[in-house]
Amino acid sequence: MSTVIATAETKAGKAPKAQASDRAVGENRLGLKLVAPAVILMLIVTAYPMLQALYLSLFQYRLTNSDEREFIGLNNYITALSDSLFWQDLLNTLIIMVVTVAVELVIGFAFAMVMHRIIFARGIMRTSILIPYGIITVVSAFAWQFAFSLNNGFVNGWLPFVGGDFNWFGGHWSAMFAIMASEIWKTTPFMSLLLLAGLSQVSEDMLEAAKVDGATWWQRLWKVILPNMRAAIMVAVLFRALDAFRIFDNIFVMTKGAEGTESSSFLTYRQVIEQFQLGMGSALSVLLFLMVLILAFGIVKLFKVDLAQARGEG
Amino acid sequence: MKRSSGVGIWVGFVAILVWCLLPVVWILSLSLKPVSETAAGSPQFLPKTWTMQNYKDILADGDFTRALINSFGISLIATLLSVIFATLAAYAIARLDFKGKRLVLSIALAIAMFPVVALVGPLFDLWRTVHLFNTWPGLIIPYMSFTLPLAIWTLSAFFREIPWELEQAAQVDGASPWQAFRKVIVPLAAPGVFTAAILTFFFAWNEFVLAISLTSTTASRTVPAQLSFFVGPDPFNPPFSQLATASVVVTIPVIIIVLLFQRKIVAGLTSGAVKG
Repeated sequence: MSTVIATAETKAGKAPKAQASDRAVGENRLGLKLVAPAVILMLIVTAYPMLQALYLSLFQYRLTNSDEREFIGLNNYITALSDSLFWQDLLNTLIIMVVTVAVELVIGFAFAMVMHRIIFARGIMRTSILIPYGIITVVSAFAWQFAFSLNNGFVNGWLPFVGGDFNWFGGHWSAMFAIMASEIWKTTPFMSLLLLAGLSQVSEDMLEAAKVDGATWWQRLWKVILPNMRAAIMVAVLFRALDAFRIFDNIFVMTKGAEGTESSSFLTYRQVIEQFQLGMGSALSVLLFLMVLILAFGIVKLFKVDLAQARGEG
Repeated sequence: MKRSSGVGIWVGFVAILVWCLLPVVWILSLSLKPVSETAAGSPQFLPKTWTMQNYKDILADGDFTRALINSFGISLIATLLSVIFATLAAYAIARLDFKGKRLVLSIALAIAMFPVVALVGPLFDLWRTVHLFNTWPGLIIPYMSFTLPLAIWTLSAFFREIPWELEQAAQVDGASPWQAFRKVIVPLAAPGVFTAAILTFFFAWNEFVLAISLTSTTASRTVPAQLSFFVGPDPFNPPFSQLATASVVVTIPVIIIVLLFQRKIVAGLTSGAVKG
């Protein structure tokens, strides 16, 4: 009798386990099936063209005479990297990235503080802050181009320290300023919303405690608020920096790269679409991709951003 | 940080409103200036004479209305398809235990940060060979690829918050699996799906690099691309009023969506990026 019980027990012990593993296999399979379409779609348009670019970058290849495709090894890369225009454009891109993200961080944080503490008109606030976020970048670029325009812009009239006949798009730095104004205007709201979400995670008790202990407003900001929303700040910086590095629309509309305001993205575009230099354009594409990769890696390592942790995945 | 309505908050409130709305009011004002006024140069903020003529002109411009139709069609189709695929993927990521979950999220993240311009050359070449150049699908396919990361990210954050036990509870109470899904899970998941759809639509509506590179005529050119080609004969003196008017017209859908769904958009933007 005891043996019977024993076998029954082992059976009972085994059955759920087998079932669980069956279930796990099934779940695994279903999971893969469900993500497959999305993953395939994402890779079709990115991985394949990127490999194609890697291959094409080794050729002298103009679309206008595609029969004369000639293998030239790494010559496209050497030409690009030894051209001062490449470095000038990279420098522009980096300047735009650093300046816009820094300004957006400060203004965005101020906006987030206001939105966090305001008790009236929260709906109006939310609606207004979403308008620049939702507006088409090209429209933002036009609005600012016209605002800074010599004949039709209001900026010269409103700024007391600028002459009425100052041509913003006539010089390198003033044109860069106009481009950055459009970029900052459009994306600060997004930054402020990300920071607002971080701000709402800062514990009120901790702030009260710091206040009771006699910490000044400034000390509370630097010792309590900012360290506690570090994850949110880092995610915002990472997203915005990589986005700013790809700047294209504003430059295309506002200056078309005139006055040395071209960005790396614009240079790549110009080689491919305007000059049909698919070989050189591909080499620039690969370089651009590598730069974004290095940048992302650098920011993640430098600031120790843990995206999984920031998402609460641990 | 107590909530308050002190002077500082009032100043901040006004500053934010001015920041967000000034350029919008500016472009609106410009659109109401007669062409003759902007051609002669009118640096003052408001029009001297007000006119609706620009709106009549722009809506009678076949190229522009065609671009509007392209924009709506391409953005809506891309949004619909992208959200369907993203919902499947996000459901798997939020609920199922499978190998490669992290890999999928990493791929999505990598693609969200991908420099779109780097694809222009190879895609241009590829699309011409497979005859997708200057067609709707030619833009819809890449728009789906680039919006999927955002949609998957947002949706999986939403789905993780859903109390899925309710589905079983409903079945215990006698509902069929389909009823349980339709009556319990769908209403809970719908707001998240809807939010992802809005964010996806904004992306497609805004996209510019691919729109100018993969199209060549009004057969598939979207509004941002059309606007940038709408410069007129003298590049140094663009038709300010018409451009401003066209800008206002394409901004109207954005403002309507924002007015109706501001709460959902904010929730979507922050849930995906900051905390799951």
